[in-house]
Amino acid sequence: MRVSSLFLAITLALGAAGAAAAAPVGPEMARIPGGRYLPLFARGPGSVRVAPFALDRRPVTRGEYLAFVRTRPGWRRDRVRRAFAGPGYLAGWPAADSAGAARELRLPATGVSWFAAKAYCAWRGKRLPTTDEWEFAALASESARDAARDPAFVARLLALYTSRRPRPVGSTFRNVYGVWDLHGLAWEWTLDFNSLMVSDDSRGTAARDHALYCAAGVIGATDARNYPAFLRYGFRAALEGRTTIDGLGFRCAQDL
Amino acid sequence: MSTLLEQEPIVVRPRRTPPAQPPRQPAPVTPRRPARPAILWAVALVAVLALALGLFGYRRSTAAAAGAKPFAAPIPTRAAEPVRGQEVAQLASPPNVPRPITRTYATKVIVNLEVVEKTMRLADGVEYTFWTFGGSVPGSFIRVREGDQVELHLKNHPGSTMPHNIDLHAVTGPGGGAEASMAVPGQESVFRFTALNPGLYAYHCAFAPASLHVANGMYGLILVQPKEGMPAVDREYYVMQGDFYTKGAHGAPGLQPFDLQKAIDERPDYVVFNGAVGSLTGDHALRAKTGETVRLFVGNGGPNLTSSFHVIGEVFDNVYTEGGTLAQHNVQTTSIPPGGSAIVEFRTETPGKLVLVDHALFRAFSKGTVGLIQVEGGQRAGAFGGHVSTHPYTPGR
Repeated sequence: MRVSSLFLAITLALGAAGAAAAAPVGPEMARIPGGRYLPLFARGPGSVRVAPFALDRRPVTRGEYLAFVRTRPGWRRDRVRRAFAGPGYLAGWPAADSAGAARELRLPATGVSWFAAKAYCAWRGKRLPTTDEWEFAALASESARDAARDPAFVARLLALYTSRRPRPVGSTFRNVYGVWDLHGLAWEWTLDFNSLMVSDDSRGTAARDHALYCAAGVIGATDARNYPAFLRYGFRAALEGRTTIDGLGFRCAQDL
Repeated sequence: MSTLLEQEPIVVRPRRTPPAQPPRQPAPVTPRRPARPAILWAVALVAVLALALGLFGYRRSTAAAAGAKPFAAPIPTRAAEPVRGQEVAQLASPPNVPRPITRTYATKVIVNLEVVEKTMRLADGVEYTFWTFGGSVPGSFIRVREGDQVELHLKNHPGSTMPHNIDLHAVTGPGGGAEASMAVPGQESVFRFTALNPGLYAYHCAFAPASLHVANGMYGLILVQPKEGMPAVDREYYVMQGDFYTKGAHGAPGLQPFDLQKAIDERPDYVVFNGAVGSLTGDHALRAKTGETVRLFVGNGGPNLTSSFHVIGEVFDNVYTEGGTLAQHNVQTTSIPPGGSAIVEFRTETPGKLVLVDHALFRAFSKGTVGLIQVEGGQRAGAFGGHVSTHPYTPGR
């Protein structure tokens, strides 16, 4: 964990330094205007400012990921370096160069490690969204930019989270920004998925304890009733860069 | 360090009534098992005497029994025993319990526990997506011996939506093992602990948000059998209460999602034994014969409600309150908090149905907390006279 945190810190630093001039935003992306929001676990006092950014309207599909694997065969499941992807990498595919039948190509690309997701986005001239960007966009319901304190919306998200099954992208709901499937289709990687740990590194594993375990999980949370957010933060904190999970996919973002 | 567990015989009831006092119930026409009560009574006396003399027994209990200085129970040092050999624990699904451990030494015990999220029946026509240890609610019953070194393999099924872990209340260590056992879907994590304290302990998932994981059924019991063993009984069963919060009201059909607001408000739609309405009734009723000794390992997963555990038609001869070492006798209803347990023992006297309830009775009548023990066999003389007669009652004439 410590190694991957260090690695992540380095990659983040490199990524920030190397941020290229913004590429044109394609129609497959939605413009998120940015603003302020209060994360479930704030890293400092007050709310966090999120700059305007573009976000894929849909999670990356198996079909799209197949194209990547064919172009960059180093990411085939039979060639990928184990340091970059666990044994479950693309395990749901029928073969290393086949993502399944037409319907399956519309499923979200899951069983993909953080390293792989990051490489895919870079290949598309994009990047993974930060946790703050992802969470900011995910506050939105179909009609409101911030529905996080709407009990009906919270209840709906919980029901979605706990009743997941493989479904094609675009089958949950489209939020007010025009972004589909942020909730309930698959979990999604973020660029700084374990930032909670990185930021509190000086306190050893304390941050991990407080974020993850039992009633201690509520300490420091800004909204003790936001269970969907607890689930998301808890889930991310359990990950390492090479983790691959059936229900974990991703989408890409871009600066504006 | 020894415990009282092996020293508590389930007394044969007629001998419990001192001859000088008026009998609590009709005196038996024929004394039941005339030879055995005297022997058991003598054994109990010897045990009490031995305790009082401090010859053996848990020192805290000794102090209590002998009326020693209050607040003077020593805090024992629990040294790990040498561990010999290795075995794989045989787990059991509720209402079953693994066989008693007859081993006289500590060993390394491998516990393989799979976490599976699965949709199962909550009531007739009602389904719920439970998160389970071992595919059942409550989770698999784990039985180890005091001193055993336990190697727990927590295997989170690849089809799970959540990371999970396990906090066993029998563990002395950070999070009860929670941090050490965390596994994301498709991972197996292994951690070790030594079962230092004997007793009956709850275990549960403690992954954030733990309240939700527990509300979805992620709890079970682990028995750390005392070194000295426990007295043999005819039947052992595993019963665990839990409260469930569904979007629809009690009985609303179909797959019911979890209702967060009801859970926060502690307003369950279902309060059940062993994960479903009717899990201990009909064909699933527990069974015993008259004159048998029955031991119930009872837990409460909660997450919210304390159980007032009662068996209609029985008096508990022994209750190891809170799953600990001391036995209370002649108990009607025992309180079991969420994340707690009790060991309940009694001898069946009369054929018929014994009814397990949470004596907070609206839960039993309207939310599902009902179970049955079907007792078969001959009528035992004296315990229950049965119906005698019915007459008109006309006051004021």
